[in-house]
Amino acid sequence: MTAAAPEPKTNMGQPVPRYDAAAKVTGRATYASDMPLDNPAHAFLVTSAIARGRIDNFDLDDAKRVRGVIDIVTHENAPKLKESKLFSNGGYAGTTIQPLKSADIAHDGQIIAVVIAESYEAAREAANRVKVRYTATTPSATFDSPGTTTAAAKGQNAQFKEDPGVGDFAKAFGAAEVKLTAAYDTPTQHHNPMELFSTSCVWMGDNLVIYEGSQFVYGLKNGVAEQLGIDADKVRVVNPYVGGGFGSRGSMTPRTAIIAGIAKRLNRPIKLVPTRDQGFTITTYRAETRHEIKLGANRDGKLLALRHEGAEVSSRADAYCVGGTKTTARLYACPNVASLVSIVRADRNTPGFMRSPPEVPYLFALESAMDELAVKLNMDPIELRRINDTTVEPIGGKPYTSRSLMACFDEAAKAFGWAQRSPQPKSMSDGDWLIGYGCAATCYPTQMAPSAARVRLQRDGRTRVEIAGHEIGTGAYTVIAQTAAERLGVPLEKVAVFMGDSDLPPAPVAGGSNSTASTCSAVMMVCDQIRQRLFKAVMPDSLTDKAKETVGISQAPATQAAKSDRPLDIEKAFDALGVGVVEEYGEWKPEGAPLDSFRAMHSGQVRLVGGHTMKDQIAYAFGAEFVEVRINRFTHEIRCPRLVGAFAGGRIMNPRTARSQLMGGLIWGMSSALLEATEIDERNARYVNDNLADYLVPVNADVPAVEVILLSEQDDHINPAGVKGLGELANVGTNAAICNAIHHATGQRIRKLPVRLENIEV
Amino acid sequence: MRPFSYQRVTDPTAAVQALSAAAAANDALTKAAAQPLAGGTTLIDLMKLDVMRPTAIVDINPLAQGWSAIEPGNDGLRLGALAKMSDVAAHEQIQRHYPVIADSLKLAASAQLRNMATLGGNVMQRTRCSYFRDVSYENCNKRNPGSGCAAMDGVNRMHAVLGASDQCIATYPGDFAQALIALDAMVAITGRSGTRNMPFAELHKAPGNTPEIETTLRPGELISAFSISGRWPRSVYLKARDRQSYEFALSSAAVALDVQNGTVRDARIALGGVATVPWRAREAEAVLKGQKFDDGLAQRVADAAFADARGRRHNSFKIALGKRVVARALQQAVTMEI
Ligand SMILES: Cc1cc2nc3c(=O)[nH]c(=O)nc-3n(C[C@H](O)[C@H](O)[C@H](O)COP(=O)(O)OP(=O)(O)OC[C@H]3O[C@@H](n4cnc5c(N)ncnc54)[C@H](O)[C@@H]3O)c2cc1C
Ligand code: SF4
Repeated sequence: MTAAAPEPKTNMGQPVPRYDAAAKVTGRATYASDMPLDNPAHAFLVTSAIARGRIDNFDLDDAKRVRGVIDIVTHENAPKLKESKLFSNGGYAGTTIQPLKSADIAHDGQIIAVVIAESYEAAREAANRVKVRYTATTPSATFDSPGTTTAAAKGQNAQFKEDPGVGDFAKAFGAAEVKLTAAYDTPTQHHNPMELFSTSCVWMGDNLVIYEGSQFVYGLKNGVAEQLGIDADKVRVVNPYVGGGFGSRGSMTPRTAIIAGIAKRLNRPIKLVPTRDQGFTITTYRAETRHEIKLGANRDGKLLALRHEGAEVSSRADAYCVGGTKTTARLYACPNVASLVSIVRADRNTPGFMRSPPEVPYLFALESAMDELAVKLNMDPIELRRINDTTVEPIGGKPYTSRSLMACFDEAAKAFGWAQRSPQPKSMSDGDWLIGYGCAATCYPTQMAPSAARVRLQRDGRTRVEIAGHEIGTGAYTVIAQTAAERLGVPLEKVAVFMGDSDLPPAPVAGGSNSTASTCSAVMMVCDQIRQRLFKAVMPDSLTDKAKETVGISQAPATQAAKSDRPLDIEKAFDALGVGVVEEYGEWKPEGAPLDSFRAMHSGQVRLVGGHTMKDQIAYAFGAEFVEVRINRFTHEIRCPRLVGAFAGGRIMNPRTARSQLMGGLIWGMSSALLEATEIDERNARYVNDNLADYLVPVNADVPAVEVILLSEQDDHINPAGVKGLGELANVGTNAAICNAIHHATGQRIRKLPVRLENIEV
Repeated sequence: MRPFSYQRVTDPTAAVQALSAAAAANDALTKAAAQPLAGGTTLIDLMKLDVMRPTAIVDINPLAQGWSAIEPGNDGLRLGALAKMSDVAAHEQIQRHYPVIADSLKLAASAQLRNMATLGGNVMQRTRCSYFRDVSYENCNKRNPGSGCAAMDGVNRMHAVLGASDQCIATYPGDFAQALIALDAMVAITGRSGTRNMPFAELHKAPGNTPEIETTLRPGELISAFSISGRWPRSVYLKARDRQSYEFALSSAAVALDVQNGTVRDARIALGGVATVPWRAREAEAVLKGQKFDDGLAQRVADAAFADARGRRHNSFKIALGKRVVARALQQAVTMEI
């Protein structure tokens, strides 16, 4: 595996190293819980040991005797908080289950008490000494558990508007020459970002500062203000670095307002650092899903009929759902499509976004089924995709803004050595190891959201960019700095970017892979405002005002703009203007954004545009993933020595940071296929392996070689930056690619994730 | 974690005294008020989880001077209890004459853990049963005698198929102990009345009706060394696991053979990841001894090793897996170039 940064190709920026890299690897980057506080008290959570029932009473005597305990907050004395609606219903919350409100318990590990003490150790010890008496009711854990209820997603979840379909599926499937019906399962998974779900709350008079790793500082600020019943302007959320998000920090969790409320009452800063296992229940997760796919094709492999039925688990309180049929119904040319998504309610905490929420489970099903169909047709799986490739999505007939799926397949196949694959299952081996090659398509919608930015340029070229974006590990600081440097024509070293602070101009949630497209489009626009002011100052008087108005602004993507044929002499322009600093603020919104976009942006609500929701087009990034698996004949251990992916995502702002994202995605995809699953004890609806020793993620030895190929792609239809967003692209196809490779290695089709050695029969 | 006193001891007598002081009426060592601290990679973990609640910690690391020697000789091997896993695994003579020992250590845990962890602490490590390690579950006979066993009908993929009782099915998780038990190691135990030697096979106790009692050590006793007679160059440690590294065994086999002209003169087989204690498969050894080796024999030996195995909801696969691991380990040992 080479560590060198990839050479930029056409329509790619420079592979500059991230400027926060040294700070991060030397531990100098400050995460939320590193923020120094003045005389803080420490909070430790007590969480429920049952998933459903009531608290009869607490025995706090023993806990209160621990030296240093200040207070123990339970539902009997908790600060009163207002409810926040679910984010999908116009609120901010990732769950509407509000702990400490009553004696009721709705899920395993619900917060039932908060111990406040002079030290973390005292708080933790006292929490261990809290005794709770419950009246437990038998909970419903998951699919098939008695007591769950199932209903269509449509009508329950405001964001799930329809089950996409077209033509007459039943008829076409009935008449198809080749048919496939198969069922697939994906497990519960938890994000487990390195940074724990800490929060620190500090009041200064009526103003609250929250230090918390968040993927959406404006959402959190507005949400906490709503729960506390105070003006949002009085709340500030700060997190210059976020130690991994993956969706877990996209919506507000109940912990923040609770800690803020207690801090207010005690008139003291409070720092909460929950444990790893508490992170499994006090935030969201990826719920388990089930799928049935029906494919009908003619002998040549042309798809005639496709049906995708999905079922997802959610909590009793909230109808969260990912509904990936919006993507699977549109991925291939197929005249007859039907789909249905339903939600199964159980006694669980509310699930939420986790990296590529809809695509991971739904494409696992479809891309496994495509491989199964290829086997039935005795056809190369790449060819099956080629036959059904399309430039127009079948449901609404809208054209893809650009689509390089087959180019990705061809590049990746070449790099991987697909030609050396002997198609017959079980036909390749090396000593003790059976070898399998597999591949799958990957895709992710291109999404954008309104964003603001402020840029300040000094006479000497020093530039300051302010935007309440988020550095969740993607390299956002670096990519935004590159954008400003390029657009203003100043050296990169002179650009400083400030993010992760809700006092800065609003940016959208760092989710849905929209960040680069949205924030860079906003920063470009504001840089153009500066250029325009400077240009106007140095334009000869002979130019008309109208000409001056337009000069210096380019609607075209970044490439041409900065190297415009009219080089700007910044010093001359400053002299002409007679100022020391030029500062501009601007608000950018994508085409087709709703009318209330900017209002929503300031109040921390997301208006994502893109994917299939664009008016006349559909926008997705694509890729193709190839894997080699090796299965030990004796132990049945499954290893994945090689992962190769080729991806096309419009303009690549920085090939180095892009590659890191995609590499991480491929590795996570492999992990998801072979290792990750949260085990649920079905008797009591509790998570069992809620720690990083038992919840398996790959170690270095599991990932000997990953190759990422970035394709050149230019797309002028999506956003000014020409960027599609890559963060969630690569972990989508890997699940299916691995199962397809396992089939090639063993002849055995596995339709349930993760695949463990006990599932292999050879 | 709960408050505890901390004491560093510089000689064995002081260590034994400090550990025995608070130990009057305790029947289970694991519940003793005073616990020795070696690398701390098991003990501190369990204290943080509130599973172990000692009130006194006796840091025995200063004893390393006398207790960490690695002494391979012509007719045997002696290993100090405070030797680090990493040092023993990397020792050239151990790799050559006792590959089963070097590999059982090398394939365990992670590099960082192996640098901290000691051999004595390693054999005393406690089960990874999730219900044992999470005090919010009431039902765990090992942690809470008489309370029941949550794993029995719960999530039990990692649990034992051999040596279990109606009270507890927790797996002994370590790797190194299988090598020791296979090689008929002796363990030196230092206590109030000096040092005594005992077969390592007598150290661990199957759960039976008292899963909280895990070893025959008494409070105030310390492991000071392990010894093995003879050399075992034809030996193998094979470990099947979910990850390529840093993961406990789903099934493992420690195998040591003496093969002359294709006939197995002596055979030692121990099983890991599948049993409640380090498991010596003596019935399987009997099938193997004195026979000409072939794949059919390997299969019969493996069957004998698991004749008494009993699977539960999620761990039944370990029986078939364990057999294949034993058979493969035997094949590897037989074909080793030595
Ligand atoms: C994430 C993780 C993964 C792991 N993976 C593996 C693995 O794959 N294979 C494997 O074998 N192990 C594995 N381990 C376990 C690890 O090997 C043990 O924790 C370690 O060997 C214990 O040694 P220590 O010196 O740190 O013991 P300590 O934690 O200091 O002590 C353990 C126990 O033994 C007692 N004790 C210590 N020394 C003595 C002595 N001389 N005499 C009597 N009692 C003593 C202590 O009081 C304590 O109760 C893993 C551990 C972790 C945390
Ligand atoms: S298997 Fe043993 S350790 Fe695990 S829950 Fe049962 S009694 Fe406790």
